[in-house]
Amino acid sequence: MSDLNQFRQQTRAWLQENCPETMRQRILGFGDFYNGGRNPEITHPDQKLWCDRMADRGWTVPHWPKEYGGGGLSAEEVSVLGQEMTAIGARRALDSFGISMLGPALLHFGSEAQKLEHLPKIVRGEIRWCQGYSEPNSGSDLASLATKAESKGDHYLINGQKIWTSYADKSDWIFCLVRTDSSGTKHEGISFVLFDMAQEGVTTRPIKLISGSSPFCETFFDNAIADKKNLIGEEGNGWTIAKYLLTHEREMISGFGAAPKKSVGQLALENMGADASGRLCNSILRQNIAQYQLDTMAFGATMARVGDESKAGQGLGAASSIFKYYGTELNKRRNELNLAVCGESGLGWEGEEYHQGAISRDWLRSKGNSIEGGTSEVQLNIIAKRVLGLPDA
Amino acid sequence: MALVLNEEQVMLKESAAGFLAENATVAHLRALRDSNSERGFSDDVWGEMVQMGWAGIAIPEAFGGLGYGYTGLGLLLEQAGRNLSASPLQSTVLVAATLIGELGSARQKEALLPAIAAGQKLVSLALQEGPHHAPQQSALSAAVNEGDYILNGTKVMVLDAVSAHTFIVIARTSGASGEEQGLSAFLVDADTAGLTVERRSLVDSRSAGALVCDNVRIPAANLLGDLGGAWVGLIRSLDIANIGLASELLGVSTEVFERTIVYLQERKQFGRMIGSFQGLQHRAAELYAELELARSIVLKALQAIDNGDQDVSLIASAAKAKLCEVAQSATNEAIQMHGGIGMTDEYDIGFFIKRARVVQHTFGDYNYHLDRFAQLSGF
Ligand SMILES: Cc1cc2nc3c(=O)[nH]c(=O)nc-3n(C[C@H](O)[C@H](O)[C@H](O)COP(=O)(O)OP(=O)(O)OC[C@H]3O[C@@H](n4cnc5c(N)ncnc54)[C@H](O)[C@@H]3O)c2cc1C
Repeated sequence: MSDLNQFRQQTRAWLQENCPETMRQRILGFGDFYNGGRNPEITHPDQKLWCDRMADRGWTVPHWPKEYGGGGLSAEEVSVLGQEMTAIGARRALDSFGISMLGPALLHFGSEAQKLEHLPKIVRGEIRWCQGYSEPNSGSDLASLATKAESKGDHYLINGQKIWTSYADKSDWIFCLVRTDSSGTKHEGISFVLFDMAQEGVTTRPIKLISGSSPFCETFFDNAIADKKNLIGEEGNGWTIAKYLLTHEREMISGFGAAPKKSVGQLALENMGADASGRLCNSILRQNIAQYQLDTMAFGATMARVGDESKAGQGLGAASSIFKYYGTELNKRRNELNLAVCGESGLGWEGEEYHQGAISRDWLRSKGNSIEGGTSEVQLNIIAKRVLGLPDA
Repeated sequence: MALVLNEEQVMLKESAAGFLAENATVAHLRALRDSNSERGFSDDVWGEMVQMGWAGIAIPEAFGGLGYGYTGLGLLLEQAGRNLSASPLQSTVLVAATLIGELGSARQKEALLPAIAAGQKLVSLALQEGPHHAPQQSALSAAVNEGDYILNGTKVMVLDAVSAHTFIVIARTSGASGEEQGLSAFLVDADTAGLTVERRSLVDSRSAGALVCDNVRIPAANLLGDLGGAWVGLIRSLDIANIGLASELLGVSTEVFERTIVYLQERKQFGRMIGSFQGLQHRAAELYAELELARSIVLKALQAIDNGDQDVSLIASAAKAKLCEVAQSATNEAIQMHGGIGMTDEYDIGFFIKRARVVQHTFGDYNYHLDRFAQLSGF
């Protein structure tokens, strides 16, 4: 038996033994994901048990090195673990910005001491992290950020405001872009620091969206303190780290463009009926849906092609620059069509009969996809300038 | 008729703009929403509208109205769209009064139109049954019983459902679903036994609701128009209603557009006004061009009604389809060009996109009317 096969057998047996029955049920909503933290929110006590069992083997983050608490698995082993978990319907044991965002940045830019300090706590879900990037006056132009970090010997004194901080009100620590120097160009003088949110100088206020309540917050710093040992990379080098993470984030958001289970065309047929020849009764809507479904198919093929090219060692081609733009625009089109197809039943906002407005709220929320993580305009600027090499105005 | 407003119309438009900007703004709508207002509009504001004659704006003077015609009503609806002013202008003044005028006997008109014009009566059409506007598929049944009619079935998207004193219920008295013949209109008082009114909560925080008829007994005298012959008057009324809704959408679109232009001149990123980026400038300029077309087609459609054109179906579908298209892009662009702040509930832009989609849907959306426009154009 090959090593990988043996790994599969052992993994299967271990999962069978250790994954609680309750953690093999379908995730019902965002609230069902386990995010860890000092005061974890749980929908079921087994979430913590499952996380602890997985974390003991480093399998909450199986691809991270063992010395930082990870599973130390090879890429093949990670994918076997994924397959075996899927086979029994096991949930991911832990979801967090620590895993998806801070971790990769620390592995890349952190000192040995910083990795040893923070990564194991991420693996174990002990500390929940949030991201402090955008500011009210620095969105598309993130590098103009003004939250100030003043050097005070062994620590920084932080003053300013962040916005769109997801789960700031539920997080324990923040990884934050701050200005340590305003004498040079705006990209210089930005630093990447970590600090504890449980201190007097930090307050948060939730943001309500047009679609209803949201995980986002405004976060205010009034003489907050960050220990200098939690400066990542060098002072003034934060922009490099920020860019590294933004690329990461954009790839995640473009995944929204994936085709839904039931096609819009099928739903339209069910809701509106067909003419004598079986065509959707409304020819205008039919064409719009057909165009959307075709573009979705071609977009999927493009993602697959770029992925295959990259696996074949041709690197991540320029085509990947369109993912964030096209994927989010597609998702907005899908939601707009969905609203048209559902008619009155899609316009509901509250009440059982409208499933508390699930359709309209998704539709409204989708409008943010082409804004968050870099607006469509910013993406198009990147394509025009970096990919096409077009000159500045 | 020249495609310009006359002096009287300009004055009406300006006084409406002034009144609504003071008394029925987005802030008022927000307050109604946040206080969970059952009726979805302010009785005081409606009372003042009635005082100004708005409830009878398009009702002929012979029936106690102002006789300003639909161009006048369209101007009010446009201003209501700009301010997102909630009132029974759509349900009662635009739709019900028109339908009563089209279908009612002299006695019925005398009984109802002056009461509407005086603000004493709110009346609302109950037509749609499924998720989409499909009038010829109406299936709510009206069976004859000892000289009365017994109604059974359900209606949705009934505007101002919880406030209306009387409903005009479209029911099938003969024929099969899909047939134009066999549809009849009945006046049904809100307190009739067997009738249940359900308040529904839609994205626009207004007050559309559902009606459930469970063996509702209606005397034959409440039949509005001919038995089984409501179709022609209904369609004409819906055409007029859609032109009115197109006026409202014109107001919604113009307002979000203007707010967006202001924002482009205020917001700075990269050390410049975002309005200086050509990518945004061109999109704003294109929208401006579309809005000009939209304004023309709405005025042309309103005038067609007041000219007494017998068939306004083509122009009605043209106006509604065009305004659905323009409202959709104006509201979407407004959010996108505002960036993150446009996604927050604290900011007002979201109210416009929510209202726009409900108006777009009401009595047939873009897809419905563009398809109908093609059919009526003969291809
Ligand atoms: C739902 C949502 C979730 C978010 N989540 C996060 C998060 O988790 N973390 C975080 O840090 N931030 C987050 N954000 C913030 C987001 O990154 C910013 O909103 C975004 O970068 C745009 O910035 P802004 O809102 O300041 O808009 P602005 O930058 O002011 O943009 C306004 C308009 O101007 C356009 N514009 C700006 N510059 C140019 C240009 N050079 N050329 C052409 N057009 C231009 C924009 O495209 C937009 O249409 C989120 C935002 C939303 C809406």
